[in-house]
Amino acid sequence: MSFVKFENVSLAYAPGGANAIEDVSLDIREGEFVAVVGPSGCGKSTLMKLVSGLKPPSNGYVFVDGREVGGPLKIVGMAFQAANLLPWRSTLDNVMLPLEIVEPFRSNLKKEKAQYTADAEALLARVGLAGYGDKFPWELSGGMQQRASICRALIHQPRLLMLDEPFGALDAFTREELWCMLRDLWQEKPFTVILVTHDLREAVFLADTVYVMSKRPGRILVRKEIELPRPRPLDVTYTDTFAAYVHELRDHIGRIRES
Amino acid sequence: MVIKPSTLIKAAPWLLTVAIFLIWEIICTGLAIPDYLMPAPSAIWVSGVEYAGPIMMHAMQTLWTTLAGFAIAVVVGMMLGLAVGASPLVYKACYPLLVGFNSIPKVAFVPVLVVWFGIGTIPAILTAFLISFFPVVVNVATGLATLEPELEDVLRSLGARRWQILIKVGIPRSLPFFFASLKVAITLAFVGSVISETVASNLGIGYLMMSASSSMNMPLVFAGLIVIGVMGVVMYELFALAERRLTGWAHRNPNAPG
Repeated sequence: MSFVKFENVSLAYAPGGANAIEDVSLDIREGEFVAVVGPSGCGKSTLMKLVSGLKPPSNGYVFVDGREVGGPLKIVGMAFQAANLLPWRSTLDNVMLPLEIVEPFRSNLKKEKAQYTADAEALLARVGLAGYGDKFPWELSGGMQQRASICRALIHQPRLLMLDEPFGALDAFTREELWCMLRDLWQEKPFTVILVTHDLREAVFLADTVYVMSKRPGRILVRKEIELPRPRPLDVTYTDTFAAYVHELRDHIGRIRES
Repeated sequence: MVIKPSTLIKAAPWLLTVAIFLIWEIICTGLAIPDYLMPAPSAIWVSGVEYAGPIMMHAMQTLWTTLAGFAIAVVVGMMLGLAVGASPLVYKACYPLLVGFNSIPKVAFVPVLVVWFGIGTIPAILTAFLISFFPVVVNVATGLATLEPELEDVLRSLGARRWQILIKVGIPRSLPFFFASLKVAITLAFVGSVISETVASNLGIGYLMMSASSSMNMPLVFAGLIVIGVMGVVMYELFALAERRLTGWAHRNPNAPG
C-alpha cells in the first residue's frame, strides 16, 4: 500500500504555459526515506508543493494516505534551505508554532501547555539544542537554526516530512552533522521523508530510494534503490559501494546536463 | 582630561545645538543685525520669557491638535496598511489614489476644510491627520508584503487560515516598520497642524507666529519656531524609545552569530 502516489502528474504554473513538471509517477510507501535529485530548476520544489497540497496538479492525480490531495494537508511538516525562524519568538516558541495552528493541538494548547513544552524541549534536546530553548534565533548559528527549523517541522508529529535543500546553505562539517541528526531522528521513529537536494552524497547516505529528475519540464528519469545496510555510520560514505552509487547518479545528472 | 568616546557621542547633539546658538548670537551682535530682521538667541529667550503664558497656551493647543490628528492617522493608517498589504486586490485599487492624494500639498487643502468645518481646531486636526497617515500606510503594507514566501508555505501547509498567518506572522513582522513610520508621522503631524493654524485659526503656535510677524515681533516668531522644534524632538524620542522597547529583536546586535 503506497502512502504517497503520483499518477501521471503535470503542473503548469500559468494555465496553458510551460509545464514545470511533466508526467511524473511515483510510489512512496509509509516510512520510506526518499531523495529527489536533479539539475537546478528541474521542478523539485514544485513536487513539494504538489505533495503538501499548496498547488493542485494541472493533470493527473496526487494521492496521500489513500486520498486525493485537495488542499493543504495537516499531516505534513516542511523545512527549507532558509531556517525562516521568527525573530521575535524564542527558539522554543518557534518550535511550538505549529501547535498553535494544527488541530487537535490548537484546542488543547491551554490545558496541555506543560506537556507540549516538555515535548518541544525533549525534541530540541534530541537534535543537540538542549538549553537553547529560550535563546532567540539570531543568537544561534546557522546550523543550530536549521536544527530548530527541523524541530518545528516535526513537533506536530507529521507522518510526512518534506525537506527542500535543508542543508544547502551550511558548511560541509555542519552538513554531515545534520545528516546524522536527521538519520537518528528517522531511525528512532520512522516517518515518511521526501528530501529534495543537489547533494548526491547526501541523497545516497540518507535515502532508501533516490529519484533523478530531468531538466525542465521535470520528469522522473531514474529510480534507484540504495541498498546500504542500516543504521548507516558516517564512515559508510568512504566505502566503494557508496562511491559506486554516487558515481552512477552523477553519470545520470551529467548526461542530463549535456542533453 | 580624556573624554570617553561614548560620553562624547551622548553629549554631541547638545554640544552642537549650543555651538549653533553661540555662533548665531555672535554673528547677530557682532554685525549688529536688528531684531526685526534676525533676532539673536538672547532676544528670542527674553521674548520667550516675556510671553511665556501665551506661548504655553498656544503650544498646548498645537500639541493636542497634533496628537489628535496623529492618533487618527495611526488608526486609519494601520487599518488601511493591513488591508493594502494583505490583499493584492486592495493594493492595486488603492495605491495610485493614495500616492495621488499624498502628492497634493496639504496647505492647498486647508481652505476646503475651513469651508466644511470653519476655522480653528478641527481643520488643524484633520490637516495633521491627512499629512501623517501616508507613511503609516506605506510602512505597514511593506511589512506585510515582504513576508517570506517559504514562511507562508510552512504555515499554509499546516492548514493555517489567512487571518492566522496575519496574526502569527504578518502583524508582528510589520511592527518595526510601523514604529519607524510613527517617528516620521509625528513630525509630519506637527507640520500639518501648524500649517492649518497659520492659514485658518485664532489659536495655536502657527497663529501666534502669524500674528507676531504681522506686528514685526520677530523674536516671538522665532520663539514659536523653537517651541515647535522642541515639541517635535521630544515626541520623536518618545516613539523611538517605544520602538526600542517593543521591537528590540529587529534592532539586534549585528555582531551576534548567525
